[in-house]
Amino acid sequence: MKLTLKNSTGGSYDIYAYTGGKDFEVSKPTLVFIHGVLNDHSVWILQTRYFAHHGFNVLAVDLPGHGRSGGDAPASVEEAAQFIEALLDAVGVQQASLIGHSWGSLIALETAAHLKNRITHLALVGTAFPMKVSPALIEASLNNPTQALEMVNVFSRATLAAPPSALGPGTWVYGASMALGRRLLASNPHVNIFHRGFVACDSYSHGLEAMAEVSCPVLFLLGETDQMTPPRAAKSLIDQARASGKSFSVVKVPMGHHQMSEAPEETLNALKAFLNSQHIAQT
Amino acid sequence: MPGYNDPSFDTLALHAGAAPDPATGARAIPIHLSTSFVFESSDHAASLFNLERAGHVYSRISNPTNAVLEQRIAALEGGIGAITTASGQAALHLSVATLMGAGSHIVASTALYGGSHNLLHYTLSRFGIETTFVHPNDLDAWRAAVRPNTKLFFGETVGNPGLDVLDIPAVSAIAHEAGVPLLVDSTLTTPYLLKPFDLGADLVYHSATKFLSGHGTVIGGVVVDGGSFDWDKSGKFPELTQSYEGFHNMVFSEESTVGAFLLRARREGLRDFGACMSPHSAWLILQGIETLSLRMDRHMANTEKVVQFLASHPLVSRVGHPLMESHPSHARAEKLLRFGARGAGSVFSFDIQGSREQGKAFIEALKIFSHLANVGDCRSLVIHPASTTHFRMSDDALAHAGIGPGTIRLSIGLEDPADLVDDLKRALRAAEKAGA
Repeated sequence: MKLTLKNSTGGSYDIYAYTGGKDFEVSKPTLVFIHGVLNDHSVWILQTRYFAHHGFNVLAVDLPGHGRSGGDAPASVEEAAQFIEALLDAVGVQQASLIGHSWGSLIALETAAHLKNRITHLALVGTAFPMKVSPALIEASLNNPTQALEMVNVFSRATLAAPPSALGPGTWVYGASMALGRRLLASNPHVNIFHRGFVACDSYSHGLEAMAEVSCPVLFLLGETDQMTPPRAAKSLIDQARASGKSFSVVKVPMGHHQMSEAPEETLNALKAFLNSQHIAQT
Repeated sequence: MPGYNDPSFDTLALHAGAAPDPATGARAIPIHLSTSFVFESSDHAASLFNLERAGHVYSRISNPTNAVLEQRIAALEGGIGAITTASGQAALHLSVATLMGAGSHIVASTALYGGSHNLLHYTLSRFGIETTFVHPNDLDAWRAAVRPNTKLFFGETVGNPGLDVLDIPAVSAIAHEAGVPLLVDSTLTTPYLLKPFDLGADLVYHSATKFLSGHGTVIGGVVVDGGSFDWDKSGKFPELTQSYEGFHNMVFSEESTVGAFLLRARREGLRDFGACMSPHSAWLILQGIETLSLRMDRHMANTEKVVQFLASHPLVSRVGHPLMESHPSHARAEKLLRFGARGAGSVFSFDIQGSREQGKAFIEALKIFSHLANVGDCRSLVIHPASTTHFRMSDDALAHAGIGPGTIRLSIGLEDPADLVDDLKRALRAAEKAGA
């Protein structure tokens, strides 16, 4: 679906959100899926389409300045979180669950901290705090994006034999990630969204405070062999969730950083268990 | 293109798409000879049919063994995924049928395998799809042939029969200016000799019957998507960018930003046309791919020796391989192919000075080369077009097609090259005697 949002200077821009092949109905519980750096809504296909056909609204956004969405690409986690809030307001949703991957997990965390009771569930997939990006990778994303994309792809992947994935059986997930990255990079002729996204991850400093402010249950969905955001890199957030008395769970899937495409079934099942049980418990 | 610590070609040729079987521990790839696959529940069944989840349902649409081959060839090509088909011809038809319907138009190279020419020129025109054929080296002709309803550019990486090397960067640039993708038949080059996606092609297909399987035992095809073509931006492919009532009102380009072509090709094309590959065939082709680079190295080395021998023989008037500096594609082969002109393949033609009878005498005197209609076998093969595939044509008509009465097509195999040269030497003596 397409939406028109206002920007900070009073102008407007169009936003795209994939709804899983179903119409958006404000009466249903809403799930907002937030992608990571140089990704778009399509990385969530094997989770979003299922939920859309099982009683939920799905809004899998293309962040501003990414893919099908116009507007300025967010330069910080906080700026992206303001966009998610504006999105919820635009569709008239009072409460929603947030599911974010990598950079998107920080955006979801920051949004949940700010919106407090408006967020009913927070799922952080492939998360870390701080989400430091190596200077070499940040530099490459600016000056040699192809090389940076190859580095990210190698670090993100854990298997040469992925199960049937986003295009069904016969999907080569390495190649699909490379092609998506190239497409996203080309989708914004004004800003290098690869570099901007990495800088936003690297400079985010509010993670622990944000976790303390979150008021809903939290799922940490981590890849056991993730080299981009290894499970140990989520420890500070998990510790903070524990220290601040959150209801939280940690699920590890036997894959790397792209859990959604390399372990689509395990990822879906973990999200189903988290979102459905909590949803039922609340009603 | 190999990247930062990416697995290299030979590693991917052995491992891409396959891991030890979790159920049995089998290290080799199991052949899943099962037409269908059990659902966990009614909800699981519905989810699979609706593409909410990924998995196998029915082997016409997908099969675990075929999926290994699909991942493997996609990995070797640098694509996003692939679809196996009953033959190379089925892969070409699936590609065309996914992208267009009646009223559409294709621009294709004249240097094509005869079966491809038949499909485009005769069969598809019966279904309302027209093709304009242009010489592959005439870039102005490619550009001039574009019409408002053009949907596809198509050529062979190394064209049949003259081994014209397609200028993929230039032809793909013209295609993209016109808002259409470039599909190439890469059968003779395989991903080991040429990576069409790196040069600008958008879709690649193979007759896997040939070098990929490599042993002359199986018929099969595969089409690979590079994920590079932006169907939405083009605006010429409502089949991929608008809601399709025939499949859950799905908008394929929204479901997958880079994989809309493969989604529709599998969910409509395999479903409705049904030209799927047998899992047993997929396994045979996988066995071949595991040794692809080793075989292609030997094919190239043997071909080089045979070309050198033929080029120095007095009864041979022409050797049509880009290894020859006189070949029109020599410079392009040096520039575009991974191993330069050596990598222009091991299927080529040469001319014997003399009559059709001398050509026949040559063929009949061969002992190691097998006289048959195929290429890309591990065994050396030969055919004399004037007395077989083109026997109804006059000498004038043959000349127009670039075939002389003494033209011989060879597919160089993996035998000892000295034995191949001896065999050819003996047969050339027989041809000489037949003309005396």
